[in-house]
Amino acid sequence: MKTKWKPRHIEETIMKILMIFSFSLIIGSLGWILFTILIKGLPSLSWAMLTQTPKGGYYLGKEGGILNAIVGSLYLAAGGTILAVLIAFPTALFLSVYVNKKRWAVIVRLSLDILWGIPSIVYGAFGFLLMLAMGLRASLLGGIITLAFLEFPIMTRAMDEIIQRIPPDLPLAAYALGSTHFETALHVITRQVIPGLLTAVLLAFGRAIGDAASVLFTAGYTDHIPTSLSQPVASLPLAVFFQLATPYPEVQNRAYASALILTILVLGVSILSRWISYHLDRYSIR
Amino acid sequence: MYSNEPHIETNGLNAYYGNIQALKNISIVIPRKQITMIIGPSGCGKTSLLKCLNRFFELSPNTSVTGEVLTDGENIYNPSIDITEIRKKAGLLAQRPYPLPMSIYDNVAYGIRIHHTRPRREMDHWVQHYLEIAGLWEEVKDRLHSPANNLSIGQQQRLCLARGLAVEPEIILGDEPTSALDPISAQNIESRLLDLKSQYTIILVTHILRQARRLADYVIFMYLGEVIEAGLAEQVFNHPQHERTQAYLSGVF
Repeated sequence: MKTKWKPRHIEETIMKILMIFSFSLIIGSLGWILFTILIKGLPSLSWAMLTQTPKGGYYLGKEGGILNAIVGSLYLAAGGTILAVLIAFPTALFLSVYVNKKRWAVIVRLSLDILWGIPSIVYGAFGFLLMLAMGLRASLLGGIITLAFLEFPIMTRAMDEIIQRIPPDLPLAAYALGSTHFETALHVITRQVIPGLLTAVLLAFGRAIGDAASVLFTAGYTDHIPTSLSQPVASLPLAVFFQLATPYPEVQNRAYASALILTILVLGVSILSRWISYHLDRYSIR
Repeated sequence: MYSNEPHIETNGLNAYYGNIQALKNISIVIPRKQITMIIGPSGCGKTSLLKCLNRFFELSPNTSVTGEVLTDGENIYNPSIDITEIRKKAGLLAQRPYPLPMSIYDNVAYGIRIHHTRPRREMDHWVQHYLEIAGLWEEVKDRLHSPANNLSIGQQQRLCLARGLAVEPEIILGDEPTSALDPISAQNIESRLLDLKSQYTIILVTHILRQARRLADYVIFMYLGEVIEAGLAEQVFNHPQHERTQAYLSGVF
């Protein structure tokens, strides 16, 4: 029987080829990127790079490290994430609990989706203007505020989805056992949503730690580890950028080593969020 | 009329969803330690009546209730009463089981913990005890700390029963508790309920007449928000007094 080449089978085959192509493209580019930074970065990666700040002549190929950028990036992303949580969590609660299906919510969600799509250099420029208005210089605080803006829409939308997915009968099950509202919120709802909320926070953190454009004007760059919020601060993406822009091959290779460190940090965060969803999310009711 | 003393009485109970009246002037008596089943066609107010007995009806938006529900002679709609105590006294088995987002063990321990009904150090013993009563112990004893949502739906319903019993209620309310289950699991729940009748007042809503015939000591037949007929199961099923009851029982609608 000739069933093999009916039009719907051709359609099926074409779609399958397309999917295999896309899949290979993604895996291939990820592999290529990792391969490049490993090959170029690994030889330059040294203990000194992880534990020292740049000494005089570091950008000419002499000794020192990028501890300033590692610590700076962690400060910036952590600060931005904490600030964003403080705004995103109440906003997500308001969206999903108070105005869930109303027109207001539709408008707010649309705005957040647009904000999510805005390029980070725009956030950088906006943050810069905001800082000028507030009389701030390029500083840790300025960077944190700008990153919080960048993280806010990602975090809010992710949290909003998580809270909306609470089955409406779940709180009823707790009330039926004679729980108070507070006990229901603390023991039942929190247990249900915490894994998802943590994943949302880590997702935003991962985005913030890898972002160069938004901290370019707002956080500045320095060879020192800042000791106060008003001092400028270095960051890993900019460390990659500045080192790659030098004409010296040794320094360029250190840029790849810095990129490797950044990638490992981001990878670590995503593995952590996977681990959380695997180990805690098992208990959530779907 | 009833051989057992009354456990719950309603006097002139009316319930509204917005402008729609779901329950019209319901005055019934529910005897202690018997199975009372509420039957009637869809939308007749069976579930609304059940939900008024543990003050669950008011959890839906735009609802209001007038009249009295006396449990052990005390009006549960008295504004000064503690709602959590009412719900502790009358446990609810929902149509579809909803385990809490925690382990099997913690689901049963939850009620004991929030109400402090048992000492903490005896927790293992009591968790086993209630799982045994619900007929689930043998199936889960080796995986007490795995997530409750991994259980099959029939096991989940028995877990919900164990969880409800752990709160030490006097009344078990069941809103079609077997309707989401396969026949074997349904039978399992039914036989549990028959075992429990000696210690608990059980009130079940069902749309399955055969189930009502199997389980009921007393029957309440409802139609369009009103109680048409109520009494001993044998009497209602074999000698229905009212035309509508006769029509319903003979499958006219």
